[in-house]
Amino acid sequence: MKLTLKIWRQTGRKDKGRFVSYAMDDVNAEMSMLECLDVLNESLIERGEEPVAFEHDCREGICGSCGFMINGIPHGPLPATTVCQLTMRHFKDGEELVIEPWRAAAFPAVKDLVVDRRSFDRIIAAGGYISVSTGNAPDGNAILVSKDTSDRAMDAAACIGCGACVAACPNASSALFTGAKIAHLSILPQGAPERDGRALNMVAQMNAEGFGGCTNIGECTGACPKEIQLEVIATMNRDFIRGSWKRRDQEVRTVKPMTEWSTGSKLKIDPHATS
Amino acid sequence: MSTSAVGVREEERAPGFWGSTNGKKAVMAVTGAILFIFVIGHLAGNLQVFEGPAKLNAYGKLLHTLGELLWPVRIVLLLCVTLHITATVQLALLKKRARPVGYSAKKAIASSYSSRTMYWSGPIVLAFVIFHLLHLTAGYYHPGAAFIEGDVYHNVVSGFQVWWVSVWYIFSVILLGLHLRHGIWSMFQSLGMNHPRHTPILKSTAWVVAVTIVLGYISIPISVMLGVVK
Ligand code: HEM
Ligand code: SF4
Ligand code: FES
Repeated sequence: MKLTLKIWRQTGRKDKGRFVSYAMDDVNAEMSMLECLDVLNESLIERGEEPVAFEHDCREGICGSCGFMINGIPHGPLPATTVCQLTMRHFKDGEELVIEPWRAAAFPAVKDLVVDRRSFDRIIAAGGYISVSTGNAPDGNAILVSKDTSDRAMDAAACIGCGACVAACPNASSALFTGAKIAHLSILPQGAPERDGRALNMVAQMNAEGFGGCTNIGECTGACPKEIQLEVIATMNRDFIRGSWKRRDQEVRTVKPMTEWSTGSKLKIDPHATS
Repeated sequence: MSTSAVGVREEERAPGFWGSTNGKKAVMAVTGAILFIFVIGHLAGNLQVFEGPAKLNAYGKLLHTLGELLWPVRIVLLLCVTLHITATVQLALLKKRARPVGYSAKKAIASSYSSRTMYWSGPIVLAFVIFHLLHLTAGYYHPGAAFIEGDVYHNVVSGFQVWWVSVWYIFSVILLGLHLRHGIWSMFQSLGMNHPRHTPILKSTAWVVAVTIVLGYISIPISVMLGVVK
């Protein structure tokens, strides 16, 4: 099939960026979107041009590395599908695909379709864990969890941290992601002891990152490849209000977002260089 | 290249409840709920226009004889409006900052029209409320006929006989309906009350309540314009 890929090209953070159109004459309908970019990149390399940078790892929809906008929809038009799992047969012959990166202040541009999503890591580090004693493994079934509860926790835990929810949100809010990371722990008895501090800390970090405020619009759920439901946002709000009310925790502190890249070297290397 | 370093351990004190987006939304939900209750009470009072001048004027008088209670209620409402709007403005500014570079193409795939237009319906309702207060509460601006202090029935009927006043009223009430169609559901979500089983019920209830409120309010100017109430 024939496709025109209109792709956002940006050499680095200091570059303003622009769209470049690439005509592809022989796209295999069974290829994934990422494989289509691979094919394009090979032809670009052969022509001596810079290949399109995009993130990927598992290519089976579970790692959360991949993701970009296709025609205004995060991960493209197919519901519950990451771009690595999206096959080209879902597009019409001769279609133009507008491909651009997630756009949010909390996701600074790195290069082409790659954005810096470390803000998500910092939100998780602020409280997305439970404390367990080390030593012997605990007895199985020592803590009883009902099927309904475990299902809801598992549904929230399905979040792969791709960032499509932020990309889809008109407010660039990360409420769905943060909600999922809070809910999958707070729904379970194992997450109960740290419940009051968790939401306070994670919400504080989320705000420190410069994400927008949630207005319960629901675009995030529609774009989410794991179909995380809006209920997780309510769970976050409930835990946040409960935690604020109880004021159980000591001071809530946030970490200052780091936007530079560590090169791991004492040599003077430009931290913005990407290759 | 190491990507393991994610944060500078230069810790900062976190902002408090009001300083966070979630806290602001909780405040919006509570103030919105109070305003919503007022909107219902106000409707119940207004519908007495269909029972004739005596009844409505007596109701107006009753409100004014509440005396000590009238101003506390007004102050609570004013406080709610102020907080609601302050949060609106701050979240709107944050929204602008949170996406400095926009998309060249963006499709809405899962949201309702009313939810996407909250930042339009709210301010227009505000403009309407100011007009409405000048028009029927203070009588400062009352085209068509003289404003008579205390004769609520006369003020309402002669006010709505001016066609553009009625049209503006109907338009604003429909926007209020849109605002509530999303808001009634959204405030539960903001306060953390949500469950897969309750959400669909809540959403359809919000629809029904919003439509009822709109129909109730616009029945008054429509009846006046049709000459049913005169
Ligand atoms: C009679 C007057 C009003 C009522 C009954 C009302 C009610 C509500 C309710 C119940 C919500 C949902 C709160 C939540 O999601 O937590 C809401 C949200 C909102 N209101 Fe109002 N409101 C009124 C007037 C206004 C005015 C005058 C403005 C703006 C100047 C405004 C702006 C907004 C905005 C922007 C939201 C969206 C917030 C969000 O969804 O995040 N509202 N309103
Ligand atoms: S909530 Fe969904 S869209 Fe958001 S990061 Fe997780 S998996 Fe991606
Ligand atoms: S590459 Fe792992 S989810 Fe797409």
